[in-house]
Amino acid sequence: MEIRENRLEIKDFSLYYHRTKALEEISMDIPEKKVTAIIGPSGCGKSTLLRSINRMNEMIDGVLTEGRILLDAENIYDRSIDVVELRRKVGMVFQRPNPFPKSIYENVAFGVRMGENKQAKGRLEEVVERSLKEAAIWDEVKDRLQRSAMELSGGQQQRVCIARALAVEPEVILMDEPASALDPIATAKIEELIFKLKEKYTIVIVTHNMQQAARVSDQTAFLMLGKLIEYGDTATIFTNPKNKTTEEYITGRFG
Amino acid sequence: MSLQKKRFRYLGESLIEGNIKITAILAIIAVFLIFLFIMRESLPIFFSQEVMQEITFGKLFHGIEWQPVSDNPRFSMWPIILGSLKVTMIALVFAVPAAIGAALYSSEFAGPRLKEFIKPVVELLAGIPSVVLGFFALIIMASFLKSIFGWTYRLNAVNAGIALGFAVIPAIYSLAEDAINAVPRSFREAALGLGATPWQTATKVVLPAALPGVSAAVLFGMGRAVGETMVVLMAAGNAPLFSFNPLESTRTMTATIAAELGEVVFGGGHYHALFFIGLALFLVTFVINTVSWVLFDGLMNRLYGAKK
Repeated sequence: MEIRENRLEIKDFSLYYHRTKALEEISMDIPEKKVTAIIGPSGCGKSTLLRSINRMNEMIDGVLTEGRILLDAENIYDRSIDVVELRRKVGMVFQRPNPFPKSIYENVAFGVRMGENKQAKGRLEEVVERSLKEAAIWDEVKDRLQRSAMELSGGQQQRVCIARALAVEPEVILMDEPASALDPIATAKIEELIFKLKEKYTIVIVTHNMQQAARVSDQTAFLMLGKLIEYGDTATIFTNPKNKTTEEYITGRFG
Repeated sequence: MSLQKKRFRYLGESLIEGNIKITAILAIIAVFLIFLFIMRESLPIFFSQEVMQEITFGKLFHGIEWQPVSDNPRFSMWPIILGSLKVTMIALVFAVPAAIGAALYSSEFAGPRLKEFIKPVVELLAGIPSVVLGFFALIIMASFLKSIFGWTYRLNAVNAGIALGFAVIPAIYSLAEDAINAVPRSFREAALGLGATPWQTATKVVLPAALPGVSAAVLFGMGRAVGETMVVLMAAGNAPLFSFNPLESTRTMTATIAAELGEVVFGGGHYHALFFIGLALFLVTFVINTVSWVLFDGLMNRLYGAKK
């Protein structure tokens, strides 16, 4: 019998923004070491769902949640969960590259410096180098590690941000339209990188670009108006969707 | 639409524009004229034979006594320079942590309602006339501090420094808060997303990112402190002693001008000496502003890269 590893399980998860229901009873299992894409029209709640996985929505006033999200069988919305620890396990890359106004080195070292992992702190240089290599940016920045990360191009900045997330050794990486602010060449590099990263990490990516979802993901979830319309293998969703709305969206009938 | 109407509107626009331009130029001219006037009144120290019998540039920096009204007048600026320095430093030691702490708290940690309360209240502090602050320091605070710490002199540099601190806190707070608020939300999200605590996010990301603006705020506060007169005139004890002891009475450059200019012989050596102090204050402010610019640009370059 095949046991499919599910690192992340979303169970009947709803999210209210003041009185509005932004996510409605979403249930989906996200497999380990695969890329799961969340697609859907603007305002469908795909970013909200992504940000629920590391409880980033808590920064916003008036957000209430129902249901559970399990990470390694632990409900991350349980009272006993330390949200700081959760975010070290579930890293995030944002839509716009947002390096800190610090040197490239300090950007990547930041998460380790803030944490309590003494071992990683002891070999910080190693961690920074490994992370930058994993994010495929080491060769471009190795001679300018002490320069401000803000001097880099948008695509380079985004890869530094990915390196920064990798440095704390997360299990899951959430990517919120990580290439939408980048040009096609930089986008191609990020996609290549995502493909490589799934060997080690579980990746959830939100994208409004369907070709991108088709290219990089193993699983695709289609969301509309806060509801999960269809979820399955990317190949199936894009070639043979079961739901009529999914088909219409995939074929560009609306969006 | 007819051409006539457009031309009328154009005329209106250019009238407004011209008005604003003239106002701006007048302001600049006013500052320039004030500077020229102070220059003119202090220059005789260098050139006028008559004045130089009484006072010279050298005498202003010779010795350690400021005794302008005596049989043997002495005009050393050192005690009052030291006084200004002492009181300003004490004020900043007191005001900078308080103001920046308050700014960080109100923009990073306070809830929206508390935030709406703190900002106007601190800024209200700016509205307290400095004579009232000075009065408070002179009558109430001085006795209070003396009874607690058992100081020998009620009115001293620490007493004046703390009162002066109150006077500059709103200015530093207001500018620092603006700088901290201007830090993009995305930095905060990135830090929290990497597992930083809110405190780490505030102190390790937000505050450093706002450092150019915050340091400009501190230097602005310093300029204010150097120039503030009434508080130090009332609360410092007004003895121009050359002493590094912060618990002795002291007197600042500004207080010296304020206290003595009213009773000075018009056009005499003492008169010109006071204007020279004014010129020196002017230059100090100018230097502080310049340092502030250079520091701001340097920090911006280091943090945000050379391209911006």
